[in-house]
Amino acid sequence: MRDFLKTSLVAIALALTLNAQAADVPPGTKLHAMQHIVIGNGAEPATIDPARVEGRPESNLTVELFEGLVTQDANGKVMGGVAEKWESKDGGKVWVFTLRKNAKWSDGSAVTASDFEYGFKRNVDPKTASYYSWYLGKASNVLNATAIVEGKKPPSELGIKAINDTTLQITLEHPVAYLVSTLIHGSLMPQPRKVIEKFGDKWTDPANIVGNGPFKLAERVVNERIVMVKNPHYWNNAKTVIEQVTFLPIVNQSAEYQRYRANAIDMTEDGGVPADLLSQIRKEIPDEIALWPQLGSYYYNYNFKLKIFEDVRVRKALSLAINRDVITKQILNTGEVSAYGMTPDIADGYKPIVNDWQKLSQSEREAQAKQLLLDAGYNAGHPLKFPLLYNTNEQHKKVALAIAAMWKRLGAVEVELVNQEWKTFLDSRNRGDFVLTRGAWVADYNEASTMIDVFHSKHGSNDGKYNNPKYDEIIDKAKITLDAGERTKLYQAAEQILAQDFPAIYLYHYSNRRLIKPWVKGYGRNPLGRIQARDLYIVAH
Amino acid sequence: MLRFILRRIFFEAVPTLLVLVTVTFFLIRLAPGGPFSSEMNVPPEVKAAIEAKYRMDQSLPMQYLGYLADLAQGDLGPSFKYKDFTVNELVNKAVPVSFKLGIAAFIIALIFGVCAGVAAALKQNTWIDYSVMGVAMIGVVLPNFVLAPMLALVFAVWLKILPAGGWEGGQFTFMVLPVAVLCKHYISVIARITRGSMIEVLGSQFIRTARAKGLPMHYILRRHALKPALLPVVSYLGPAFVGIITGSVVVETFFGIPGIGQLFINGALNRDYSMVLGLTILIGTLMITFNAIVDILYGFIDPRIRIK
Repeated sequence: MRDFLKTSLVAIALALTLNAQAADVPPGTKLHAMQHIVIGNGAEPATIDPARVEGRPESNLTVELFEGLVTQDANGKVMGGVAEKWESKDGGKVWVFTLRKNAKWSDGSAVTASDFEYGFKRNVDPKTASYYSWYLGKASNVLNATAIVEGKKPPSELGIKAINDTTLQITLEHPVAYLVSTLIHGSLMPQPRKVIEKFGDKWTDPANIVGNGPFKLAERVVNERIVMVKNPHYWNNAKTVIEQVTFLPIVNQSAEYQRYRANAIDMTEDGGVPADLLSQIRKEIPDEIALWPQLGSYYYNYNFKLKIFEDVRVRKALSLAINRDVITKQILNTGEVSAYGMTPDIADGYKPIVNDWQKLSQSEREAQAKQLLLDAGYNAGHPLKFPLLYNTNEQHKKVALAIAAMWKRLGAVEVELVNQEWKTFLDSRNRGDFVLTRGAWVADYNEASTMIDVFHSKHGSNDGKYNNPKYDEIIDKAKITLDAGERTKLYQAAEQILAQDFPAIYLYHYSNRRLIKPWVKGYGRNPLGRIQARDLYIVAH
Repeated sequence: MLRFILRRIFFEAVPTLLVLVTVTFFLIRLAPGGPFSSEMNVPPEVKAAIEAKYRMDQSLPMQYLGYLADLAQGDLGPSFKYKDFTVNELVNKAVPVSFKLGIAAFIIALIFGVCAGVAAALKQNTWIDYSVMGVAMIGVVLPNFVLAPMLALVFAVWLKILPAGGWEGGQFTFMVLPVAVLCKHYISVIARITRGSMIEVLGSQFIRTARAKGLPMHYILRRHALKPALLPVVSYLGPAFVGIITGSVVVETFFGIPGIGQLFINGALNRDYSMVLGLTILIGTLMITFNAIVDILYGFIDPRIRIK
């Protein structure tokens, strides 16, 4: 508890002293005359309404157009956004945020605590039909959020209250120490009630939209571009260097790459390093590849509804037989890290454990795998046969082929590779119509819980339906544990269970990878991959 | 003529479209996965709330009738994927883009295709013929997804004289590469059709008569040969025009052009039911309209065919 108080105090102090919600240009830097930047966005965003974001293509934009209570600096550190400081009461159950007085909407009016209250309530209101409506309840544990989403309580019962214009109080279901980390999410923005009520679904039109972020929307052409310009009313506008940001929704990576090479794009989308051109890129523009670790994991899920993988020896054998370094270093080779568990080492509040089998050499692991399969009754005459399902994609195919070859060496495994088009794949996976399938999870916020929670029996993305009451118990306990050290121990205990139970085959932790022109400066190594134009500047070139 | 048009609309176009809508409506729903399935498996209550917003909580026949009722008023519904827009808004913005791109490519394809075809036919079995047909063959077999990156590499990355993509409201420089890629296939096909039919016409009796009279070749071509030789080309133009406008999926996707090709492909991949339906109706209508126009044009070119 004392630790917890200490960390909250530190957080408050940091929020007060740091003021890095802007580009930090070193003195003497010669800036380029035109501070315009063009950034790849991957897919066309489904919306720019924060309440209805679906994933990265949307939140990339909402964090530029809006600013939440808290935000992240270039390296992903959580810091004050509209909130100037915060403190917890009732042992971490109630949180009080003090908003800065100079926070303004792009129409010049003040951003108040009620704008957050309205926005958060709108997110959980079933009428809004928000994909992330579950987030405030399941991730942030805000009082009544889940009940409201389930239609059992009205949105007015949400545990959020504007005490006055600059004081916002959030009440939780139970104490959560890392609440503030969860609030960086791209859906948790203040929302302009007047504008939304006046224009309805049309409030996001460039002519209508009002935001409170460093940039405001200037133009939107579906499937071509989204143009934003500096928001003169942003409270820290004086520190913003970039004048105009253009986001290009380009799904085809080789098309994005050509435009990058033609200098029409300054920074590709997250993940925008086309794998099939990697050797050419390394040869021609090696200094323009930016790689750093991401909070995300790539794994194969066993289907626990089926008998075939009931025997833990089989699950263990399949996991041990895979040489992960071959996949990360030889096949992918873009900064991925071999995974032996669900939580990446870099997750905030986590100290990695080393599994027993991880200490073995690969040949020892293989020998053990062979023995385990024999013990489980599988051999060359009676092999273990199953299909492996993944969504159609060259990278997934390469990984699957390599793994199939590694399993083949065991002499008792016959795997059939099956690929399906994306939506078909999602349908099969959601319906449990698979034996072994590709799975992946990328963190919503920087704390181990967002990763480790996936294998909780009640988690929506626990696709294999792994169910271990002991595991659930540890996770549930970790959620309400305030002491950071205690919590880390619980996360380690949970990972220990995963290391013994093998509910999935963890293969690698993702990397953030982009191509960035040498004249773009100011970005950091945010583990969530987020790069905000607010932090960037373009040097003379 | 008026009766012909009315008959076309009420006895052919409307029933055809109705069948098209019905089949598409149910077929797209047969495709596995739905518009709201996502990687993050949202809780059932959340999914139910989203489905209710798009009438997907109703029974299939009710959804269908609701859709027809809206359609009768020209309302194609909200896009299931692009939440900030209705299908009408998206289509209205995309159609002029695809038309501008398509018409430019169409005119170029027509002029170059016909000229090349005529030249090849006149100089049959000479190097001109062989090179025209050779290039045309390459044009047919070379896929757009290969040609587009190749041209972008040469003209945008190496020579830096043209943009590698984007539309910018259809500025000339932004149109050059997409139009070049888009018209390539049609130039080839039109050249081949023109050549074949021209050779046939040139070998016919009335041309021989004209030549026997001592008429100059250019006169024979213009006066006697071109019209009948173009008949097969004209019958190809209707579907080609619709195809060139709506079928530029690869070109639009690669060059980042905000036309209906991109909407269509994304609509299908996202299971954006209303978008796919809306575009199917649009393309169906265009197809019917242009086939009718071709039928009328026929009569003008060939007096043997007259609409009764």
